[in-house]
Amino acid sequence: MSHDHESRSAHLASLELRPAGPRAGFLRGTIQSVRDIWAHRELLDLLVRREIKARYKDSILGFFWSLAKPLALLLVYYVAIGKFLGAERVPGREGGIPEFAIFIFTGLTAWQLFSDIILGGTGSIVANAGLIKKVYVPREVFPLSVLGSSLFNFTIQLGILVTATVVSGAFPLGQRWLYLPLALAVLIVFASALALLLSAVNVYLRDVQYLVEIVIMILFWGSPIVYSWGLVHTRLEGSLLDTLYLMNPMTLVVVAFQRVFWVGGDGEATPDSLTIRLLVTLGISMLLLWVSQRIFARLQSNFAQEL
Amino acid sequence: MPTPVIEINDISKRFVIRKEKSLKERLVNFGRSNLHKDDFWALRDVDLTIESGTTVGLIGPNGSGKSTLLKMISGILQPTSGSVQLRGRLAALLELGAGFHPDLTGRENVYLNASILGLSRSQTDQYFDAIVDFSGIEQFIDTQVKFYSSGMYVRLAFAVAVHVDPDILLVDEVLAVGDEPFQRKCMDRIRGFQQEGRTIVLVTHALDQVAEICDRAVVLEHGSVVADGPPRDALQVLRKGFEQTRQDDLERERASVPVAAERPHAVVERVEILDAQGTVTTAVEADAPLTVRVHVSSRDRLEGWIVGFGLETSSGQTIYGTNSRLLGVSLPAVTGQAAFDFSIARFCVGEGSYTVHGAVADSTGAELHRLVEGTSVRVAANGSEVGVVHLGATLAPASA
Repeated sequence: MSHDHESRSAHLASLELRPAGPRAGFLRGTIQSVRDIWAHRELLDLLVRREIKARYKDSILGFFWSLAKPLALLLVYYVAIGKFLGAERVPGREGGIPEFAIFIFTGLTAWQLFSDIILGGTGSIVANAGLIKKVYVPREVFPLSVLGSSLFNFTIQLGILVTATVVSGAFPLGQRWLYLPLALAVLIVFASALALLLSAVNVYLRDVQYLVEIVIMILFWGSPIVYSWGLVHTRLEGSLLDTLYLMNPMTLVVVAFQRVFWVGGDGEATPDSLTIRLLVTLGISMLLLWVSQRIFARLQSNFAQEL
Repeated sequence: MPTPVIEINDISKRFVIRKEKSLKERLVNFGRSNLHKDDFWALRDVDLTIESGTTVGLIGPNGSGKSTLLKMISGILQPTSGSVQLRGRLAALLELGAGFHPDLTGRENVYLNASILGLSRSQTDQYFDAIVDFSGIEQFIDTQVKFYSSGMYVRLAFAVAVHVDPDILLVDEVLAVGDEPFQRKCMDRIRGFQQEGRTIVLVTHALDQVAEICDRAVVLEHGSVVADGPPRDALQVLRKGFEQTRQDDLERERASVPVAAERPHAVVERVEILDAQGTVTTAVEADAPLTVRVHVSSRDRLEGWIVGFGLETSSGQTIYGTNSRLLGVSLPAVTGQAAFDFSIARFCVGEGSYTVHGAVADSTGAELHRLVEGTSVRVAANGSEVGVVHLGATLAPASA
């Protein structure tokens, strides 16, 4: 704070005039947006911490609660579907899914990240209305902060999953790990694209958040999480629906996750050329992310008055 | 040469007020939706250039578009047409403690809020002690802010706000917080900012504050700039506007409320200053005798009424006022024209220009009319004193 009158004035004279608020333009706007967000990475970091710290702040068990939900789901699915509906492979009986608990928890871990990003992201702009109306920061930081805190949760869940594989004596080894970064990239890019878009649309049409909750529930059953992909494949057998089913990015992500962690399922049916499919999906998702960001940038100019 | 740091070119802002919100309403009214929209122009063709190092007060009645303009400068709102261009770093204090999270501690919130206002983490580290010290709540810095009293909350928020390091600072009515010593601290801080050559744009309703710290004031009314210049001139325009509004309200009340019809009609026609010789003047010597003559006219018969006058400085501060009730004089019943003299034996007012207003009120004390700038008077003195009163002090060694 040592500037005096003259030197500050001289310094300012050397600067270009810049427009207030976000820039228009398709390509240049994108570069500017990325630069703006990068300049606010410390804020992003603090917002992520805020979400994580504030979430279970006053509960005695604290962070345990964020694990309780997936563990409860695991228990429910394992007992209800694995045992009662007989989806689990038991010795001496035909069919079923081997290592059923690991199988389900793998799918749930990937799915939890996806639904956290989408559900949290969709509401993120509305939830931060107070801030958006009073301060200008690149608004993308709010959906992105949800991404950050969701990833934190995911990391812990992933830790449990890895521990579980060790305990069950089938720790995944070798090249199969290569699927993980690829699948994770698809998941994050795809979910971020949707979260950005939905968060902006939700400002104008609050119905979106309720719709999203329902769609997420349907999509959960539309991905091979509690049943195996092989099961779907044998029913549909190369029909158009089968292709469509495989075009769901989350199907690919979940299958890829299972390829990594579900060692017991090595002999089971998997889609062919999974890597190519993932790469193509990643490309499309990136395109989608870019388009979403542009739509977001266009819609955000009226956020403050619509909230 | 001063550098323009904010250039506002012809901006307008339109808000669309929709009367329907739900899907059902939208479907039912589909195609006729324009009937259910109202346009409201919050700002219309505003053109402003603000130079670096100046302190500008944005003033105007409620709903005149001050805050909207501030939000557009900060980029929170986008103009419907026109553009806003900036130079340098900008920080906007539109609300204290924006982004404070009740579940986080004071310390965590300081970092978060500082980051929102554009401070980097290392800068916050550097200023942290100063911030806590300024707020005066060291003891509670590791307590969750939801347990803070509202005063503590605001102090902490303000402490963060004044430690931001912007070239342009936008402030929206947040200066008047905390107790008096804290307020004084805040104002000192603002003066410090001015000395460092920062540009400050201030929205406030505290008009004396504008006169005190701004070099320039912009008056907005119904979304347009109606005055722009030295605070004194701008304040005068604004006060006239306020007075007009008040008169209109009074007029409307008279027209609509039947009870008010009982209130008689009376106006102050003009106010004059007369010197010792009885001639009308606008320039007097300090300490000289003078007379304030208030001319009243009424359509109705006035009984038990009150007439008064007052003296204001050019920045609008009242320095003197009296009326017939305070003086213990009961006025005769009047219909039509009448004039009353307030005689002042020694006009002990300091050098400067003052405005004189005249007013009439009914027997309950409710004002019937006020002529805000009845006349002005220039007081000349020998320059041995400053201030609004003339005490004629002399100096001599103390006789022990």
